Amino acid sequence: MSSVLFDVPGPRARRRNGILAVLTTVVVAAVIGFLVYRMSVTGQFSAEKWYVFGFSTVWGQILKALGNTLAAFGLAAVLSLVLGFALAIGRLSDHAWVRVPVTVVTELFRAVPVLVMMMLLYYGLPDIGIKMEPYWAVVLALMAYNGSVLAEALRAGIESLPRGQREAGYAIGLRKSGVMRLILLPQAIRAMLPVIVAQLVVTMKDTALGFIITYPELLYYAKLLSSQQGRPILQSAIVIGGIYIVMCLILSGLAKWLEIRTRRSGRTVLPPPITRATIAAHEITNTQLISAQFIGGSAGDAGGGGDAGKG
Amino acid sequence: MDVIFGNLDLWGRALGNTLLVFAFGGVIALVLGLVVGAMRVSPVPIARAVGTVYVNIIRNTPLTLVFFFFVFGYPVLGLPRLSNTVLGILAIGIYTATYVAETLRAGISTVPVGQAEAARAIGLPFGQVMSLIVLPQAFRTVVPPMMSVFIALLKNTTVAAGFSIGELAALRATINDSHDRPGNPMEVLLWVAVVFVVLVLLMSWVQRYLENRWRIAR
Repeated sequence: MSSVLFDVPGPRARRRNGILAVLTTVVVAAVIGFLVYRMSVTGQFSAEKWYVFGFSTVWGQILKALGNTLAAFGLAAVLSLVLGFALAIGRLSDHAWVRVPVTVVTELFRAVPVLVMMMLLYYGLPDIGIKMEPYWAVVLALMAYNGSVLAEALRAGIESLPRGQREAGYAIGLRKSGVMRLILLPQAIRAMLPVIVAQLVVTMKDTALGFIITYPELLYYAKLLSSQQGRPILQSAIVIGGIYIVMCLILSGLAKWLEIRTRRSGRTVLPPPITRATIAAHEITNTQLISAQFIGGSAGDAGGGGDAGKG
Repeated sequence: MDVIFGNLDLWGRALGNTLLVFAFGGVIALVLGLVVGAMRVSPVPIARAVGTVYVNIIRNTPLTLVFFFFVFGYPVLGLPRLSNTVLGILAIGIYTATYVAETLRAGISTVPVGQAEAARAIGLPFGQVMSLIVLPQAFRTVVPPMMSVFIALLKNTTVAAGFSIGELAALRATINDSHDRPGNPMEVLLWVAVVFVVLVLLMSWVQRYLENRWRIAR
């Protein structure tokens, strides 16, 4: 994409780019160098500061904290997917008495910050006589927030499908549930898979909020470590931060890979322009539309929808 | 209602702090995000690489961890002392800048290829292609997603509560740790939630308004 914006550089542009490259390198090196310099001046690299990481018990504790983080993430991820499906389907319901409350709940869950939700569950609920463990406060708050975001993603996925898909489903005699379960959801999930995984990265990142409501996860342990001998606060932040970043990078990598694969499989590729132009040119029946979709879809992947229905 | 009117001074200060973190964090995010976004589409490979690394690392770091680095890590470096609020603003600005940069980049790629090609065909250099042709068009498509980034920024200011910055989500501790303040945690937090819902709805309304107003037919 970037190559569209500029020409192959000539001699003058090359010189200018060279200067910019040097400038960037100098600025970045200066920032990193300054940080490293300050760290060495204040003795952050001394053996005493890294002392605690020589103990296997410390690493055992880190592993336990990692387990806690993953336990919260795992359950929250599963529950938020379940809630996401429920809210998405509820919001697409034909009955106003289902649709309206679900819409309100979704919007509320999306508007309240996750941390406030966690605090409500952890500090607020005891006031009305419900004692809640930090673990459940983290899991339920993440479930509510990420569930509502996933619901919106799934709804967008379902609504972006060509109308003909649904109509064809009804035409062959499926009921509402069948159309949703057999026709719409499988396609929407496949199209939205990168978004869903990307939202899981957010879930993973947000488990770190548990630190604030005293859930003993990784970051909480990092804070605990910093009161050990040598007060290695920056060191524990670097070690624990590394673990977080690696975990999130792996998930993001998965999302990226899925996105590229989805794009390559041609399911989201538009049908050839001729088909679209023909559809736009005159009013057509659904049968024609479906056949046009088939032509459009077969270019990429047989059976794939394309989005001729929008034409 | 006692929670509100008995602690009106606290609510004012907390809301002020939240908006302060939001405003200054937003400015830093916009400026830094613009620079990084420009780096990510620039013809200089090294600048592109730096932008990519920055965006990928910060986007995969929990905001709480960024705060942790700034609020707990910065003071041990022996640099001039900064208040927690300033450090928090820096943390949230640097975190949100990556989202701003990505939104800008996505906006630039929605401008049809032919626009940039036509601009180059009449001999404009990269700077003018961007400033005269691509960015004015990208700006309109970018505004709605950019508002979403800012809504997220507003909600993220609550993380500052965990780092002794006296904003809305920290009100619970302030009110409940003093003996003569009315209100229990539940009430305080519910009102905090209400404030956020109102602010977020307000911003979504602005977002929808701008979206309708600046929609372009392509």
